[in-house]
Amino acid sequence: MLAHQIGYYSLILGFFFSILIIPISIKNFNNRNKVIDNKVFSLSFFQFFFVLVSFFGLILSFVNSDFSNETVFKNSHTTKPLFYKISGTWGNHEGSLLLWLLVLTLFIFIFLIKSTNQPKKYRILTLLFQQVIIIGFFLFLLKTSNPFNYLFPVPKEGLGLNPILQDPALAIHPPILYLGYVGSSIIFSSSLAAVVEKHISTVWAKHIKFWILVSWVFLTFGIMLGSIWAYYELGWGGFWFWDPVENVSLMPWFCLTALLHCILVLEKRSMLGSWTIILSIATFMLSMSGTFLVRSGILNSVHTFANDPERGIFILIFLFLLILFSLVIFFVFHKEKDQKIVKINWSSKEATILFNNWFLMYFLSVVLIGTVYPIFLEVLSDEKISVGPPFYYKLIIPFLIPFLFFMSIGPNLNWIKSEIKKIKIQIVLSFAISLLISFVILNQIGFVGLINSILILATFYLFFITIKDFFLKKFKNYSQIFSHFGFSLLILSILFNSILSSEKTINLKVGEEFSFREETITFESIESIQNKNYKSIVGYFKIKDKKNNYVQLKPELRIYNQPVMITSEADIKTTLYYDKFLVMNLVKDYEYFNVRYQVKPFMIWIWISTLLLVVGGFLSLFKRSYEK
Amino acid sequence: MKNKIILSVLLLFFTFCFVVLYKGLNNSNIYVPETKIEKTLIKFNSIDLYSGNKVSSDQIFVGSEYYVLNIWSSWCVPCREEHPKLIKLSKNKSIKLIGLNYRDNPKNAKKFIKEFGDPYFVIIKDTKGIISVDLGAIGVPETFIINKDKKIIKRFLGSLSEKSLNEINLIIK
Repeated sequence: MLAHQIGYYSLILGFFFSILIIPISIKNFNNRNKVIDNKVFSLSFFQFFFVLVSFFGLILSFVNSDFSNETVFKNSHTTKPLFYKISGTWGNHEGSLLLWLLVLTLFIFIFLIKSTNQPKKYRILTLLFQQVIIIGFFLFLLKTSNPFNYLFPVPKEGLGLNPILQDPALAIHPPILYLGYVGSSIIFSSSLAAVVEKHISTVWAKHIKFWILVSWVFLTFGIMLGSIWAYYELGWGGFWFWDPVENVSLMPWFCLTALLHCILVLEKRSMLGSWTIILSIATFMLSMSGTFLVRSGILNSVHTFANDPERGIFILIFLFLLILFSLVIFFVFHKEKDQKIVKINWSSKEATILFNNWFLMYFLSVVLIGTVYPIFLEVLSDEKISVGPPFYYKLIIPFLIPFLFFMSIGPNLNWIKSEIKKIKIQIVLSFAISLLISFVILNQIGFVGLINSILILATFYLFFITIKDFFLKKFKNYSQIFSHFGFSLLILSILFNSILSSEKTINLKVGEEFSFREETITFESIESIQNKNYKSIVGYFKIKDKKNNYVQLKPELRIYNQPVMITSEADIKTTLYYDKFLVMNLVKDYEYFNVRYQVKPFMIWIWISTLLLVVGGFLSLFKRSYEK
Repeated sequence: MKNKIILSVLLLFFTFCFVVLYKGLNNSNIYVPETKIEKTLIKFNSIDLYSGNKVSSDQIFVGSEYYVLNIWSSWCVPCREEHPKLIKLSKNKSIKLIGLNYRDNPKNAKKFIKEFGDPYFVIIKDTKGIISVDLGAIGVPETFIINKDKKIIKRFLGSLSEKSLNEINLIIK
């Protein structure tokens, strides 16, 4: 009760401070002082502090199961474990927006503290732009999605959290992803401020690179957690479904990855300034559109979220106002002439980065079209379609080949210009090795199609080149090597995983068995267990291979009490080489079960390699300067 | 000059996107499963909210051309929004409006009716939610239109809108 009240009023106080910052910082902007007023710092701190208090108020309401709070009532239940009561705070629309706001206010405060070596006017302008976003979110929260709506009479019991959201990976997935999304808002504000202040330079690039890396690391990690959740929890045996809600997180990632490379060019060669600005704006706009598409319920998706058109309209208008605002600023203030025009030599590092930026933009547009096209079609022609994986595979896979090629060559070229004749023997040698290896592998597994074969070759090339760089290069850039190596490993594991996976689906009674490849799977028994907030039916399966080695798998069916819902939990045995994946579903009367058994090679390497990508980005945060 | 052209093209493009997305928002994406046409209403027993007497479905569904069965609860927020529409609907004398009080505290339910008015011909209790589940209901509020042969001819998920009221009026004519 108290927590609820405190939460609500400190949210309003936070809003008050966020408005107060604007006149104070404008005053500060116009005076002659070289430094920012302390007042601005403290206001920004209080803004963050009150949002934090409000967020804790909501968490406490969840922990105490205070059902006079509508958000708690709709998303929690007394029998839920404490961990999921807490994660339920951001597992819903209102709470997740409060989290957005919390991270927004935290990041701008950190930005103010960290950017002391930058010009005052640029910093204040960044703050002002960021305040526009913050105030927008405050209004959105207070007007359409107040997390502190009061319910009377107070219900005795809550409606419960959707069981498929009760998973550890998913509990931390949204906050991590939001850190990435919101980090891009800082990039957005500061690049607009840099345009206005004509501050696009190598100094600025160095400083903003930190924020780009932070967002990139969190975004990558967040996407990975979501994908792990989908694999373990949804029980479909896949890790990426090209579901609109997944795509929506992938789009800013493409943009941000391009931006990450652009900023290096800006830092080293003071080129690609316009690219940097456009990518900065686009990344944040894509994050915002993601919020719009997910939160407005305009998409049909496996992810079920609140469906309220009023919210959708608010975000839509806000999003387009921001687009309009940034377009105007870009076209009024940004002059190409400000930058020296330099010719790019085709055999230079910056050229390969530019090529790959174009490729990333291409991947981005494929995903964007695949995601948005069904909405447009439905509005324009009343036809309902959904875009499936084949669309993405056809349009993306072939273009991965040159992309991987440039990724391998690029880091081995010099800035400005490399002599073609001087290309080292090692690069050619790596190519020969990868040619040999792919040939041997293809011989083993049989022909997999021309494009797949070339893709395997190109990925192995990247794989060996990064290994070579790791051991032989004089000026080692570990973050780049880790990330590129991780990426090659990722593509390799995805490729072999999809080529070599096999599965069987069958209806079974207890005591029956079936054979699959060289293994025998026996359905030994079932057991029913009553847990705190669900009842579970566990099936015991024994898998025997031809050498008589046993593995036991225990897939589970969970019947949740609140809301009443059945989920099936796959049981997965993971080894370094493959995953054994078994999931069962009820067919009829607890007698026959539908059993699906899958053998998926190299699953764990998909997570390991993504982790390597993240580690690469993370290392880069601690690096003093880039190469020479 | 070139910049101005690019800017106006971009503006046009984004305006177009805005209009399409705005329209898309108004398309409802709530998926209503098609109920089997004219499924016969199940038989059930319940307790009258006010009198506390036992009532069976056969006693309730008698003597009218059409029946509207509305599942509601005092803790259900959309039900509040829906209530005035039910009151409007109850003015139509050719239908019998039945309230099924879903998983509710009787005291709160009576308070709710006292505050917002009583559109129902009769209110019956579904304390454990069993009747609603047997009816195939998905949530609260939910509304079923039943004809004199005790067949479910239409079903509305969520709170009734003006559009659904018109639809009901069309069916009844």
